[in-house]
Amino acid sequence: MIPAPFDYTRPTTVEDAVTALRAGGAGAKVIAGGQSLVRMLQRRLVRPTLLVDVGCLSRMREVVEEPDHLVIGATTTQHELLHDARVRAHAPLLSLVARHVGDPAVRHRGTLGGSVAHADPAGDPPAAVLALDGEIIVEGPRGERVIPSAEFFVGPFRTALEPDELLVGVRVPKMGEGWTVHYEKFRLSAQKPTLLGVAVMVRRVGDCFTDAHIALANSGSTPVRATAVEVALVGADVTEEAVTKAADLLDGTMEPFARQGVSQAYLAHLARVLTRRAVVAALSW
Amino acid sequence: MRRVVITVDGVVHESEVEPRLLLVHFLRDVLNLTATTIGCDTGNCGACTVDLDGASAKSCSVLAVQADGSTVTTIQGIAIRGERHPLQRAFHERHALQCGYCTPGMIMAARDLLGRVPCPRPEEVREALQGNLCRCTGYQNIIAAVIAAGREQGGPA
Ligand SMILES: Cc1cc2nc3c(=O)[nH]c(=O)nc-3n(C[C@H](O)[C@H](O)[C@@H](O)COP(=O)(O)OP(=O)(O)OC[C@H]3O[C@@H](n4cnc5c(N)ncnc54)[C@H](O)[C@@H]3O)c2cc1C
Ligand code: FES
Ligand code: FES
Repeated sequence: MIPAPFDYTRPTTVEDAVTALRAGGAGAKVIAGGQSLVRMLQRRLVRPTLLVDVGCLSRMREVVEEPDHLVIGATTTQHELLHDARVRAHAPLLSLVARHVGDPAVRHRGTLGGSVAHADPAGDPPAAVLALDGEIIVEGPRGERVIPSAEFFVGPFRTALEPDELLVGVRVPKMGEGWTVHYEKFRLSAQKPTLLGVAVMVRRVGDCFTDAHIALANSGSTPVRATAVEVALVGADVTEEAVTKAADLLDGTMEPFARQGVSQAYLAHLARVLTRRAVVAALSW
Repeated sequence: MRRVVITVDGVVHESEVEPRLLLVHFLRDVLNLTATTIGCDTGNCGACTVDLDGASAKSCSVLAVQADGSTVTTIQGIAIRGERHPLQRAFHERHALQCGYCTPGMIMAARDLLGRVPCPRPEEVREALQGNLCRCTGYQNIIAAVIAAGREQGGPA
């Protein structure tokens, strides 16, 4: 399949990229790794008149360590998330989730910013960013804005990004003492998209959970937090029984964007099972 | 049209391309390097895998303009001083291909793995070839060939 024609520009600074996006108007679109966008161009699901390639903006590829946070540049690839020592040490949930994206060749080119901006309801990294309470750093003609991940994902393939804005980075808190993490993913066959994904961060002190962040991929039109389960876990004993009880509180009214032919009952059951598994796996991390 | 300079298998190519041209079409249709195959055109099968600046990439999922200034190695550029690459020999000797359609991509993905993990375990080979489909062999001989080539290159495991 051949995409419709478009122009292409490869700015070398963030400022030039923003200018190009603005000048391109409604027809301008960012391309990072192209691992999702090239497909959409081929199928002509999007028909931009101008592609602004952000692959060469060195500022967007850096991982910057702050005292309590890590700022991960938007064009950091999934491969780099998997291997970068700072990401592994301070945001291991992002390393774990990166491993679930595609295959090695896809991960060499696909970027964190691309996954987040693409906002596929079945995308894996967005759920992890939401579980981390990550902040999305955006640059546009009106300057920089920081958008909490809870407000960033607004619908299937829809985000709070304006068309002339660039996602420049994702800021996540460094993982503190006592936290452990896991990403549990289920798909119907090896190359099917995620049917359900569960990103988990839990903190335990002694025999007790003191904190829990849980976010689900493909359980709705955006990634969602499993608030009822989080609340039930805090203060609960660290036992498999308590985890099962909490996971069973997941409400079964999920409306995934792509149901992949499975019934509501199946999905609701799957969500409980995967959530329990994910928390148990996080504990033995 | 846009002017690109792309080094492919050691040769610098300067061309005018349409921005919508995929890298795999640039290789096959512009440069006539047709050993790199197209199996799916959707990023799933891995037949079109090449090395792009030192890392494997599916050339059907990259625009040629994105590769401007880059160095590409295809299956046609991996022979060492005219001798088959150890992976090519191992695939040949261990019957790791039948129709051969997946083989260029399979070998390029395996080459990427051996560049990072010289003597991989079978699980590591399976994981590295996750994005490469073969409709003929059943994979067992492919995995054995990759392990054998790794041993040959990296010395005894
Ligand atoms: C074979 C295959 C398997 C895959 N499997 C998975 C999987 O298991 N799980 C999963 O989550 N994903 C999967 N993906 C999807 C893909 O890997 C991701 O969506 C991601 O890597 C895209 O990043 P990219 O840099 O390639 O983005 P692109 O394709 O370049 O862009 C995607 C979208 O984001 C926008 N965008 C990108 N960067 C920015 C930015 N900095 N600012 C503003 N907008 C931006 C683009 O305009 C476009 O709309 C798979 C893809 C393939 C080809
Ligand atoms: S042709 Fe590129 S992955 Fe199948
Ligand atoms: S040998 Fe025929 S597809 Fe692999």
